[in-house]
Amino acid sequence: MKDAFGIPQSLLVLGGTSEIGLATARRLIARRTRTVWLAGRPSPGLESAASGLRELGADVRTVDFDALDPDAHEAALGKVFAEGDIDMVLLAFGVLGDQSHDENEPGAAVRVAQTNYTGAVSSGLVCARALQTQGHGSLVVLSSVAGERARRANFIYGSSKAGLDAFTQGLGDALFGTGVHVMVVRPGFVRSRMTEGLEEAPLATTPEAVATAIETGLRRRSETVWVPGALRLVMSALRHVPRGVFRRLPL
Amino acid sequence: MPTDTVSVTGWGRTAPTAARLVRPRSYEEAVAAVRDCGARGGIPRGLGRAYGDAAQNAGGAVFDMTGLDSVHAVDVDGGTVLCGAGVSLHRLMEVLLPLGWFVPVTPGTRYVTVGGAIGADIHGKNHHVSGSFARHVLSFELLTADGQIRMVDRGTPLFDATAGGMGLTGVILTATVRLQPVETSLMSVDTERATDLDDLMARLTATDHRYRYSVAWIDLLARGASLGRSVLTRGDHAPLEALDGRTRARRAPLEFRPGRLPAAPSFVPEGLLGRTTVGLFNELWYRKAPRARVGELQRMSTFFHPLDGVPHWNRVYGRGGFVQYQFAVGYGQEETLRRIVRRISQRRCPSFLAVLKRFGEGDPGWLSFPMPGWTLALDIPANLPGLGGFLDELDEEVAAADGRVYLAKDSRLRPELLTAMYPRLGEFRALREELDPRSVFTSDLSRRLGL
Repeated sequence: MKDAFGIPQSLLVLGGTSEIGLATARRLIARRTRTVWLAGRPSPGLESAASGLRELGADVRTVDFDALDPDAHEAALGKVFAEGDIDMVLLAFGVLGDQSHDENEPGAAVRVAQTNYTGAVSSGLVCARALQTQGHGSLVVLSSVAGERARRANFIYGSSKAGLDAFTQGLGDALFGTGVHVMVVRPGFVRSRMTEGLEEAPLATTPEAVATAIETGLRRRSETVWVPGALRLVMSALRHVPRGVFRRLPL
Repeated sequence: MPTDTVSVTGWGRTAPTAARLVRPRSYEEAVAAVRDCGARGGIPRGLGRAYGDAAQNAGGAVFDMTGLDSVHAVDVDGGTVLCGAGVSLHRLMEVLLPLGWFVPVTPGTRYVTVGGAIGADIHGKNHHVSGSFARHVLSFELLTADGQIRMVDRGTPLFDATAGGMGLTGVILTATVRLQPVETSLMSVDTERATDLDDLMARLTATDHRYRYSVAWIDLLARGASLGRSVLTRGDHAPLEALDGRTRARRAPLEFRPGRLPAAPSFVPEGLLGRTTVGLFNELWYRKAPRARVGELQRMSTFFHPLDGVPHWNRVYGRGGFVQYQFAVGYGQEETLRRIVRRISQRRCPSFLAVLKRFGEGDPGWLSFPMPGWTLALDIPANLPGLGGFLDELDEEVAAADGRVYLAKDSRLRPELLTAMYPRLGEFRALREELDPRSVFTSDLSRRLGL
């Protein structure tokens, strides 16, 4: 069960090698979390992520999960929930893709969309139903500021996050009053493996900062969390910039 | 039987979960409710005054017992009452006071049910004299997981497991409670101020035995030399001869007239109770109290239940809710108490309802909270950053001093500390395992702490 501050005792991370996912898990283990499920494709990376968390004192298990194989989601995640209540699901998988390459390679672009959006729709719905049966739990979804307004520089990734973001908001409304808390997290530029070699955007942040913001959001039962918080203001201004101007902004 | 799926929280309004609320109005319906509660079990609930998650059951059933609210019989000569578990102490006072009887133990609110009072084995300002509520219960009827209704007498293991057992042994249906005789419905109250924590503890230690009821409000925002400054209010039921001859009170000495103020609004901005506002309140509260006043006549509701005058006062903490932290440490552990008070004060926790009192002898309930020693209760807005970690540290100190925190108020304890705090937890678990192997009786509290 969650405690009064929304800190879960059991956690399921979809995208078990995600840096933000693991930073969040580490942070929550330092509080209350004792059981962690890492869902991901079997890999040495997933195993070492699991053993890293085990060293912190958590009971960590892994489960085969592939965002691109939605037909298998029901069975894989059902197995996790059958073992006991999950107090928090963190949907942390996603790929950035390579915009300029993917524009000329529609198949690759579709994979970005399928991972970030379709995979989340199917696994998100499976988890939402299980949480609803439990009558409690948080579903935390990592969206992105990129989904707030599509930019020339990464609109494939951005549009997939826009879809994910809209899906999560709607799901949150659908689950309102069921005891399940749905929270959208919109980080800005996160310094991580995913963004390695990219030019850093203003207000760049770290996986640890995102983890901290998630913990605060759990305590406040927030529906939307921006990381860093200042992005909420920046984006609400940018959202209203006329298209012709927005297009030419050096973003 | 009316059934609704609703979001349920405790009085502190943290950690809501959804459950089917079932409201049995008869024994048959109660049996049916337990039999049909489904795979995620059920838990009895009274008036929802437990601060944490003791009367919630995510995804399962919550039995609202306030439908079983008959006062079946009052033995006016012997001083006992037989009533349904859903009867509130408020109702009992309405019925019993005109007959010259009072409930043996009342907490800071009248709006708790008799079933809840036994399940949490509540205590009041008279614990140092009278012990906890279950000590005055002669027997109760318990609906257990097998659908049987058992008569449970005091002194039996099932009685002691149920007293303080947080509803996890079964559903209490009726109880027979021994009452306290009173001549009037007024209290004779002595008030004095203590300048700091040591002064307070010395006064309590030296003179507590002279009063049936005793409690100290303590200003946890005061620092330095005035750390722990407080206002002591102590007293007893006023005897008839204490009432002035010509007053209304004299004409109707047993009249019960609790005052009532408007309810707290349903929306309160976050952070209303910050350090500044609470600091101001505490300053006023301390200054307003007389340095020393003896034999003041107060209404029962003023003395015992000041907050009941404001319905829904829990809303003043805003949407984030609040946590109540109550712990007890034994005599000889005063140093721990001092250290914790110092830490709370240094941390500047905005708490305006901090209460210190002395407990008397412990009670037989296996998971009963009181132990001979000191208990401090305070409430803190749940959205105070870093509060979770801070309270965890206090728990460590409490556990290291062989103390414990109160389960009826808990919403955040680390399960690992439970066995240290409640040494008879093993027996409790064993009895539950035998009585209820499928864990029909389950609550968010029992899931969270592995009770």
